[in-house]
Parts: sequence; C-alpha cells; structure tokens
Amino acid sequence: MGRPGVSDRGTSGVAVAAEAGLVASGAGAPTPATAGWVRASPVDAVGLEERAASLASRSVKRETKRAALHLAVRCTDFTTLEGVDTPGKIVQLCAKARRPDPMDRSVPAVAAVCVYPELVARAATELAGSGVKVASVAGSFPAGLGPISARLEEIRWVVAQGADEVDIVLNRSAFLSGRYGRAFDEIAESRHAAGGAHLKVILETGELGSYDQVRRASALAMAAGADFIKTSTGKIPAAATLPVALCMAEAIREHHAATGIPVGLKVAGGIRTAKQAWQYLVVVFETLGSPWMTPDRFRIGASSLLNDLLMQIRKERTGAYQSADSFTND
Amino acid sequence: MADVERVHLDYAPAPESTDVVRLAPRYGLFIDGTFVEPRSGRELATINPATEEHLAVVADAGTEDVDAAVAAARAAADGWSRRPGRERAKLLYRVARHIQERAREFAVLETMDGGKPIKESRDVDLPLAAAHFFYYAGWADKLEYAFAGRRATALGVAAQVIPWNFPLLMAAWKIAPALATGNTVVLKPAETTPLTALLLAEVLAEADLPPGVVNIVTGGPATGAALVAHPDVDKVAFTGSTEVGKQIQRAVAGTGKALSLELGGKAANIVFEDAALDQAVEGIVNGIYFNQGHVCCAGSRLLVQESVAEQVLEKLKARVATLRVGDPLDKNTDVGAINSRAQLERITELVAAGVEEGGELYQPACTLPQRGFWFPPTVITGVTQSHRVAQEEIFGPVLSVLTFRTADEAVAKANNTRYGLSAGVWTEKGSKILWMASRLRAGVVWANTFNRFDPASPFGGVKESGFGREGGVHGLAPYVRLGAVSHG
Amino acid sequence: MDEGGDRIEVRKTYKLFISGEFPRSESGRSYEADGVRAALASRKDLRDAVSAARGALDGWRGRTAYNRGQILYRVAEIMQGRRAQFVAEGAEPEEVDAAIDRWVWYAGWSDKIAQVAGSVNPVAGPYFDFTVPEPVGVVGIAALESPALLGLVSRLAPVLTGGNVAVVLASETRPRTAVTMAEVLATSDVPPGVVAILTGRRGELLPWLAGHHDVDALDLTGAPTELIGGLEAAAADSVTRLVRSTDPLAESPDDVVAFLEMKTVWHPIGR
Repeated sequence: MGRPGVSDRGTSGVAVAAEAGLVASGAGAPTPATAGWVRASPVDAVGLEERAASLASRSVKRETKRAALHLAVRCTDFTTLEGVDTPGKIVQLCAKARRPDPMDRSVPAVAAVCVYPELVARAATELAGSGVKVASVAGSFPAGLGPISARLEEIRWVVAQGADEVDIVLNRSAFLSGRYGRAFDEIAESRHAAGGAHLKVILETGELGSYDQVRRASALAMAAGADFIKTSTGKIPAAATLPVALCMAEAIREHHAATGIPVGLKVAGGIRTAKQAWQYLVVVFETLGSPWMTPDRFRIGASSLLNDLLMQIRKERTGAYQSADSFTND
Repeated sequence: MADVERVHLDYAPAPESTDVVRLAPRYGLFIDGTFVEPRSGRELATINPATEEHLAVVADAGTEDVDAAVAAARAAADGWSRRPGRERAKLLYRVARHIQERAREFAVLETMDGGKPIKESRDVDLPLAAAHFFYYAGWADKLEYAFAGRRATALGVAAQVIPWNFPLLMAAWKIAPALATGNTVVLKPAETTPLTALLLAEVLAEADLPPGVVNIVTGGPATGAALVAHPDVDKVAFTGSTEVGKQIQRAVAGTGKALSLELGGKAANIVFEDAALDQAVEGIVNGIYFNQGHVCCAGSRLLVQESVAEQVLEKLKARVATLRVGDPLDKNTDVGAINSRAQLERITELVAAGVEEGGELYQPACTLPQRGFWFPPTVITGVTQSHRVAQEEIFGPVLSVLTFRTADEAVAKANNTRYGLSAGVWTEKGSKILWMASRLRAGVVWANTFNRFDPASPFGGVKESGFGREGGVHGLAPYVRLGAVSHG
Repeated sequence: MDEGGDRIEVRKTYKLFISGEFPRSESGRSYEADGVRAALASRKDLRDAVSAARGALDGWRGRTAYNRGQILYRVAEIMQGRRAQFVAEGAEPEEVDAAIDRWVWYAGWSDKIAQVAGSVNPVAGPYFDFTVPEPVGVVGIAALESPALLGLVSRLAPVLTGGNVAVVLASETRPRTAVTMAEVLATSDVPPGVVAILTGRRGELLPWLAGHHDVDALDLTGAPTELIGGLEAAAADSVTRLVRSTDPLAESPDDVVAFLEMKTVWHPIGR
C-alpha cells in the first residue's frame, strides 16, 4: 500500500480512496485535483430502472436507423473468448471484422476484435493496416485473482504482442470486502503497465449487487485511470442491462463534469440483437450526448450481434426481411 | 484512427395513427342509457389544442337537461343500490375489461382532445382508468368489510364535475367508487375535453349498465353550476380549481349535501444533498413537465438544499434541454400542447410576472409549431416565497426554484402556502423521509418518486387543496352513509 | 352424440396437473372413479408438485396484487367459458355459477386485503411501525369431496389471492371436475407451478403432504375426519400452519388472512 499511482493522478490510491470516504485511512494527503471527484452518488434503483425503460421505448426515424446501425457496427468489439480459439478461427474473425458484409462494401469495419492473449499476435498480423484495433483481455481474466505480478506481466506481454487495447477486470474480491485502496491501486498499476495501449476496466456489474455499487466501482475505476469502463466479462449469466449502462453513463457524465476527462463506456454480455444495440445507443446519447456517439467513447462487445446488425442494414436497404443464411458465420 | 463523424440520434416523428378513432360530427347528452338532443338547443365545439383543428360538436346542457339527467339518476338509484353487490361488481369488471380492449382508441382520442402526449395517455391515463374500475369493482360486494362494524349505504345521486387535465381518468376516479357503493351518477366533463367521457358512455352501455345509473351532461361552467345546485342531488364531488371549489362549497352550504373537493396545489419538491441526485432530477422533471404541468399535484416548486443547488440546477437544465415538445401524437414527444388558449394566456402572464419580480428565466431552445397552444418547459430560478410564481398555481410547465439550508427550513417553506395537496422528498436517509412526511402539510407525500397514482392508494389534499380521498378503501367513504350493523 | 352410429369418440385421459403440464403419475398407476380412469398420484408426484410450487412462489408473490387480481379474474372468464363442460361432468348449474362468482369475489381481494388486514401501529416512540401481510408460501390443500367444484374453488381461490402457491389433492370420487379446473388454470394466465392438482387416494397422499417439511401451511378442511389427528401430528414436525374451516362453503376474507403472515417493520423518524 502507499505505492505511488500513475502519471497525472499523482497521489496514492489509498489516499484518494480515503478522501472519497471509500475507506477510512489516515495515510497520505489528497491533492486538490483528486479531492472530491471519487465521491459516488447514491442511486435510486426504481427511478433508474424507470428512466432506462422510458429510453428503451424510443421510436427511431427511418433515416436515423441506417446511421445508427452503421454506428453500431463501427462501435462493435467483435469478440471471441473461447478455449477452442485457434489461429484459423482468428483469421476468419479478422476477415469478417474488416469487411462484415462482403455483399455490401458500404458497411464499415468494426472498431476492434477482442481475443485471448495467445491469439493477439495473429490478430495483429491479420488486421495490419485495416484500422481495426486489436483488443486483448489480460490480468487473469475473468476472475482477476491471479498474483498481481503475473497480471501486470500479462498486460505488458499482450501489448508487446501488438494489442492496442487491454480489457482487465476490477478486483471484486477486494472491492466487495471494502479494500477499495487495493482495487484502486491495481487499476492504476495496470494503467501504467498498459503503456500506450488503452485500458478498459470490466466492473462485472452482475456480481456487484446494487446500482450504488456499480456507481462506486465506476467512480473508482475512472479515478484510477480507466480509459473505458465496461459492464461484463460475458463469462457469467448476469450481463449488461440498460439500467446498468445508464448508471455507468451517469457516472461517466459526473466524472467528465468534475475533471474534463471523457471516459468511454463499453457494454458487453447478452447483446445479440440490433434492437438491443439501438437501445444502448439511445441511453448513451440521452445521457452523454453526441460526443459519445463514436467508437472512441462507446463500444459494444459482442459476437452474434454483428450478423443481426447486418441483417437489419440489408433490410433497410432492400425493404425485405432477411434470412440468417445470407450472412457469413465467420 | 480518430473518428470525426458524430451521429446525432433523431427520433421524430413516430406518429400514432388516428385511424383507430371514429369521430362523430355531433354528440348528444348521455341520459338514461341513450344519447339525446339537448333541450337547451345549445352546443359547443371542441378542438385539438395542438392544431386548433375542429374535432366535433357536443351539447351544451341547460337547466332542463340537467333536470332530466338528475331525474334519470334518481329513477335508477333505488334499483341500483338494491342490486346485490356481486352483480354490481361484475358489471364494473366488464367496464374495466372493455376499457382495456379499446385502450388505444381511448388514448388517441384523449391526446387529440386534450393535447397530452400519446406516451402518457397510453402508458398512464388508460391503464390507471381501467385499473380504477377493476379495483372498485372488487369493493362492490365487500362493503361490509370496508368499515369495521358499520353498515355502508349509498347516498343516492352523485353530481360529479371533473377537469380537463385527465379527462378519462378523472371520470374513472369519480364513477367507479360511486357505482361500487350503489350510487348513481350525473357527470359533467370539462368544456374543452368532453370526448373520452362520451366514448366511455358507449362502453358503459355496451357493458349493459342499467339506464340512468350513469348520465353524462356536457357543457360549460353554467352546466356544472346547475348540476351542483340541483336540489335532488345527494352528493357533490368536484375536481378543479380552488376558486371554483369555494364557489361550490358556498353553493351547497346549508343543503345537507355531502361534498368532496379535490382542488389546486403548489407542491414543494424537496431535494436534499444526500439524495440520489440523477434520479432526483428525473423526479423534478417528471414532477412539473408530466402532462405539461397541468397537474393539481405537480411539483411546481423545487426546494433544493443550498449545498447542492448549483449541481442540481446544472443537471436539471441539461435534462430539460433534452425534452421534446411537439406533436402530442408523436410517440417520442415528452411535452404536449397547452390545453386551451385561455390557459396559455394565464401561464404566459404568470411567467412574465415571475421575471418582473426578479426571477431568472431558463427555457431550452425549441421550435414550437405554428398552430396550436404551446409553452416551452421553463425554469425560474432566484424565486422567493413572496413571488407570485411561488404562491399561485400556474398549471403549466413552469418550475419555480427556491433554496433551503436545513430540514426545518424546508418544511416551513413547503408548508407556507394555502394549498396542501402533495409534496416530494428526495433523500436516501429513511428517517428523514419519515420525519419530513410527518411534518409536511400535504395529503400525499412522495419520497424518492413523484406523480405516482394507484387505485389502491388514497389521494387528496388538506387545507385549500380540498377534502376527501380518492383511491383505496378510504375512497369509498365519500360515497356512503355509515350506520351501525343491525343484529338479528 | 355417439348414437350407435359410425363415429368413434376420442376418449379423454385424465392426468395430473403439475408445473403447468399434464403428466401421468410417475408410478404409472390409475384408478376408476366417476365413470372414468383417472391418474393415481404417488408420493413422488406429490414431491414434484411441491418442488414446482416452491419454484413458482417468488414469481407469483412478486407480482403486484393488481396483476394477481387480473390473472384470477381471467380464470373466472375461462371458467365461464367452460360452464357446459363442468355441468356435463356432473356439477349442478347453480353450483358452477356460484363457483365462478366466488372466484371473482376472491380475485377482488388481492389488492384490498392489505388495507383490511395490515396496519400502521402507533408505538410509543419516534418510530414508524407498520404491519404488512405476506403470503405464507406453499399451501397444501385437501379439497372437499363434494361439491367437487365449489368445494375446490372455495379452498383454492383465497389461497391464491393472498399470493400463495398451492398443491391440491382433489376430490377422490369426482376427479373429472378437478381436471377440468386444471385445464382452466392452464389456459388462463396463471404461471406454471403456481397450482398443482393431483387426483388419487387421499388416504395415501395426505400423510405425505402433511409431513412434507417444505409445505408452509395445510388446509385440511376436506380431509377425512378420521385422519385429521394423525395429519396434524405429522404437520407438527416442521411447525406447519394448520387451517380447518368450520364453514367450508362460506366466503370470507378470513380465509385469505388464514394464509398470510404478518410482518412488522420499524424505522426511526428523525432528521
């Protein structure tokens, strides 16, 4: 404890967390820059869920639908995280990532592919020059409970292999037992280890137990240096929901208002249909506005979603409902 | 690679079709189970306040028509009150189900006639109206359990006058408990919003409600006055402005008629520093912009704790700027049309007064349609207790903002009004919610929520917001006479 | 009907109602009653029914009272539609009408019982203190032998309206009515598992029901008198609540309250 945090954050994780009232500690003095902005607002669950439900029922204009569908594709982190992922699988994934619909060149490439560390190098080769990023999970994904030295080393390793983006998990064991300083420090150290790659912190919201916790975890991760906060690993049944995304978006808005730093939001887990993607876009748009309607600040982690987006895009273009047979499986 | 292209999500328009509504050019009065021509020979036109388009012509009932309606209600009263409760119940259940079947038709008509967004008429007004009939149907055959040890008997003929802000819902709130307890009804809808009441008459007839049990007389203020003053009426129920409520109370003085009043309000929506602030902002917005602020229990005064005032106002203004004002039939519209030209003038006048008295005006930029009656959602900050906009009911989408330092001060300011209908309290501290609730002089206290209605939940005011409750077992009381249970 | 002509009727198989489905008894047994062969439920069927009921409890009690009332009203709608079938299977027409009306009556209690049975308690201190009635949980019901329909409805409706789930041991001599009622429940919006209806030998099944530790309350109104003592003793093993109505065909909110637990909550009042 008491190890210095990263770059412009300056002060130690424990001190910042202490100042925020997240943990009682006398160690370290907060700087004016850090004091106050790790504070997390309480969240009323009923009110939050009502707001999310009302956003979910927004009707979309025809002309906007096409742009929204294209945006959803451009914001997709096309993901495969399976024990059976082979180089062959990665080759196919990357080809689809670069050109999702071979029959329609106007469909843009996705934002990134997301793979396990072992497959990073191959993905980097396949995607060279395409503009599609390589994202890797790291840090003892998905539980995040390996030795910290190994977790940091894994981050450095995947970046060396060519990863542009690193997705790590929040240490829920530390967080839920009140060791906020520890959780903070690990993220700060991971941010440092990632170097020039951007860091997404997965909160695994399905395990946190309440929206208050989601808000607090969001604030903590952002204070510790996350470039993106992400809902889920996709490895447990409880995944992204609209209220959770709204809660995180509100936290991002608060953080931006207090510090001027725009953190991105990634929703992942269980998002399979274009309709769902659209609903998440609405939540982000209504809470954070058009500056967040870009892959630099919004991502959807998904695999089967892409084909549903393509089907909807083609339906908008041709007017006919599509069959899944018309789109590549990978 | 930097992404320069930003996408602005555009929702409008997603218009609800009006095909489901079949408007007749003219409507008569619904008396004794059928539609009849008004003996007065007079009629009124009703328009769509969003477009100023003519919708239909309805009757303007005169004293002879009111006489006929009351006579029909009286003739039906004995039979209806003697009807076994379980049969009354089954008829009322039918009404509830029929309303559900035709919910879309009712919702579109309500929006066309009154100006409220279709999202609200569809998601709030209609489900609640059906639920009210469903709820009170279930009391019709259980009255012996509603008032322990007392026998509840119907009062007789109830005269009911309702406002234009929730036309169908107010009709349901009035008719359902009256019928459940064995009374018969003469209902006068508001002048600018008669159409859903007339469609309800159709539904009542389809449900085989006996003729005369419910009569509907449309008309202007004179019709209402005649109805209330009619000597053969046993009970008067009124929802509307405090001013008219006082006139009615004077009119029935000394007559022995039972009276219940649900009048105006100037509710304080109180936000503490320890509130869930983002949800509180949603609650503030819902509190005053729901139904364009045409709500007696609207949270029209924001009392925000000074320590978070700046933060809350910043969030509030950003949120208000996202409200969509426009075609009420568009499913994405948040704020619809002002109900009438007269109401628009009143709102405009009061807001001007607010600015003149020193308040600071915030209105988001929005393009308002050319035709129709519109007012943008408005926030007036820097308001003090003595300002007109802090004391007078505006009944429009206008929020007056005041600050406070302590809970005691919040209570004092909240109570410093002749009204007492509702109040909102936003804090995550449970004991403070209960402390505030015990001290606020209001008939309804919403904690960490606002504008919540349910047929099982009693609603009504104190002080000059009226007396009597609608909803819950308490909502039966205004329609019955209580006597001892007879033994043997 | 089939007047010695050529058309052969399709005969109905009378099965159990568990988890929203109509399985035969896992024992494969059936018995003859009421002119037909009906499934003869075993203790394992009973075990499955209780398990399904437990699984359905949270969903059923978690709905709003209004929603439950609507669903129960829908049951009455479907019963009305099957009036002729009930009569053809032996119920008196007046009994069917009375059963439908009784179901409607109880449906209307779901969103009212809290105001009648609950309270705000004026304790001597700065506390807000309220008592709210909650469903007791899984209720085992011995329906009346006769009248088969009204007897079943009179015991089942008050249990469901309070938010409980039920495992019903139907009339042994008149199983057809119970199976038709099961069909009604299956085709209205009652979620699977909320009600199970088992036909069979009550003498065989009741002791298992009474002794089941995961049954929260027992309505023994329809149980054979000679068994009552033993059943009540078996119920004592898990402190199961016992209800025996002295006026089984009357209707009263007391029958709803009998299956409710009173929960009292305190909270300080203060700044």
